[in-house]
Amino acid sequence: MTSVLQAQELGKKYGKRWALRECTVDIPAGHVVGLVGPNGAGKTTLLKLAAGQLEPTAGAITVLGGRPAGGPAQLAKVGFVAQDTPVYSGLTVAEHLRLGTRLNPRWDAGLARERIARLGLPSGHRAGKLSGGQRAQLALTLGLAKRPELLILDEPVASLDPLARREFLQGLMEATVEHEFSVVLSSHLVADLERVCDFLIVLVDSRVQVAGEVDRLLSTHHRLTGPRRDPARLPAGQQVISARHTDRQSTFVIRTDAPIHDPAWTVTRLDLEDLVLAYMDRYVADDRRPVLEVRR
Amino acid sequence: MIWLTWRQFRGSAVMMAAVLGVLAAVLAVTGPGLASGYASGIAACAQDGSCGRFYDRFFDTYQLPFMALTLVVLLLPALAGLFWGAPLITRELEAGTHLLVWNQSITRARWLTVKLGLVGLVTVAATGLCGLMVTWWSDPLDKSAADGLGLMAPLVFGARGIAPMGYAAFAFVLGVTVGMLVRRMLPAMALTLALFAVVQLAMPMLVRPHLMSPVTASFELGQANVDGIGMDRDEGGAVHVMLRSAVPGHAGAWVLSSELVDPSGRTAGAEGTVGVSTTSGPCAPSGGMDTCVAEINRLGYRQQATYHPLDRFWPFQWIETGIYVLLTAGLAWFSFWWTRRRLS
Repeated sequence: MTSVLQAQELGKKYGKRWALRECTVDIPAGHVVGLVGPNGAGKTTLLKLAAGQLEPTAGAITVLGGRPAGGPAQLAKVGFVAQDTPVYSGLTVAEHLRLGTRLNPRWDAGLARERIARLGLPSGHRAGKLSGGQRAQLALTLGLAKRPELLILDEPVASLDPLARREFLQGLMEATVEHEFSVVLSSHLVADLERVCDFLIVLVDSRVQVAGEVDRLLSTHHRLTGPRRDPARLPAGQQVISARHTDRQSTFVIRTDAPIHDPAWTVTRLDLEDLVLAYMDRYVADDRRPVLEVRR
Repeated sequence: MIWLTWRQFRGSAVMMAAVLGVLAAVLAVTGPGLASGYASGIAACAQDGSCGRFYDRFFDTYQLPFMALTLVVLLLPALAGLFWGAPLITRELEAGTHLLVWNQSITRARWLTVKLGLVGLVTVAATGLCGLMVTWWSDPLDKSAADGLGLMAPLVFGARGIAPMGYAAFAFVLGVTVGMLVRRMLPAMALTLALFAVVQLAMPMLVRPHLMSPVTASFELGQANVDGIGMDRDEGGAVHVMLRSAVPGHAGAWVLSSELVDPSGRTAGAEGTVGVSTTSGPCAPSGGMDTCVAEINRLGYRQQATYHPLDRFWPFQWIETGIYVLLTAGLAWFSFWWTRRRLS
């Protein structure tokens, strides 16, 4: 299967701070990829690197086989809707479509017109007078009508109310089914992604914690609850993602390909949110580990 | 991209066109009258040799519009840099729309080329048109202007000929570059204004005098270069000679320095003192100024002046415009580099 995005040891530094480091991922084509992580984890940096808005400080990134923003042809293949879905507030909706027509060789005018009409966006209105949800829909329409092979959306629903959120994501889903392109979208809310994504990347503290197809991630991660136990005494095939202990009980989230046979454990399935939280928790736990050892 | 740039810019372009249109109409209506008034005045004064007085009277009558128009041409490049240059990129950066436009199927280089090219061209054309219109209108006044306000005078030189185009191009690209670096509109505008003002002051004060090597020569004292003399009647008397910023035989020259030198060659400043009796002889109160000046001349005092003659006006215009074009090209190159490598 071909890749839409390949990153090797990718890093981006602002001044002395790494916004993203040692990022190695390979995203296969044909997925709706959710990029999730807390605020400031480097999601926007990774997406901007993929769209060619930023140049990497270290490593390399290839998008659809080319260098991001390497030329008009590469730009035409990748759509990017930036955070806060910027549009020209002085231009009308119709003028935005005209902008799209003028600046994109593969522009699908029919799709754009049809979408605008279906969403009920008043084409004579200036974009500055639209609501946040309408602006986001306009920006998405610009991204879609470009007919990209990969559409990148940075926190597209962050500023929307729950209803507008659902409409936006639904519109996106319908478009992916109809036009068969890959999507990478970021959010700091797992609930937004749960409905739409079939591939997940968890980014915490500027590093990729885990990446993979959602089904596979859910089938290989388990929560174990049982009598208190040192994580080091778990079988070698079981990678501990997060661990919590009370005086008598331990709760682990582990990753393993093998079935779990130890009868001491109560094994429960995780949902996507639990899984993401476990990885975020791990990062916090890493920081706390020395403290825990002192207590023992 | 041309469509988008024009769509974003057309409001201010139309406004500028309207203002220039009104100015052109006013100048076109009043210009021929001014020229014919000058021509008939010259024809009349040539017969009785009173052209000096005609020049003064004619220039005084139109001094106010003359100064106002000169000021307009001087300010126009600064305004272009402030209101067209600085916001060109900064407005997009502030609104985040650069992320929208950079992700259409055109490269950033193309985006910047069109923006800089189109708006820059309109800026240069508007300023150039305004400058040339004012140059044409002011021609009779420039010919009759007082010493400090001739074509070569620092204040007037920058408002005539082709130099305003160079200034406008530079101010515009300066605004764009500063805006890119500062990323916020108001600070960018303030910084653009400050930098442009510094350059515009440094040019006539530090650079322009050395564009060609100035002429240094000694001149006999006379009506053309002596503004007046003052008598000091105490202690046996002395005469103060006040020199004008003009040299005889080179009307309209840009005089950089004008000093009185005594017979031994020592300079005595622009207001030199000459030791000559003021109680008797040619400089006595009974004698006129002309006889006293003639006596000072006879004693060997001279005006030593450093100046650029008026016929250097066009060479200076070309050289100075060339310098600004080079500065503009340098800044434009930098802004392309910055857009490609650093801007995000």
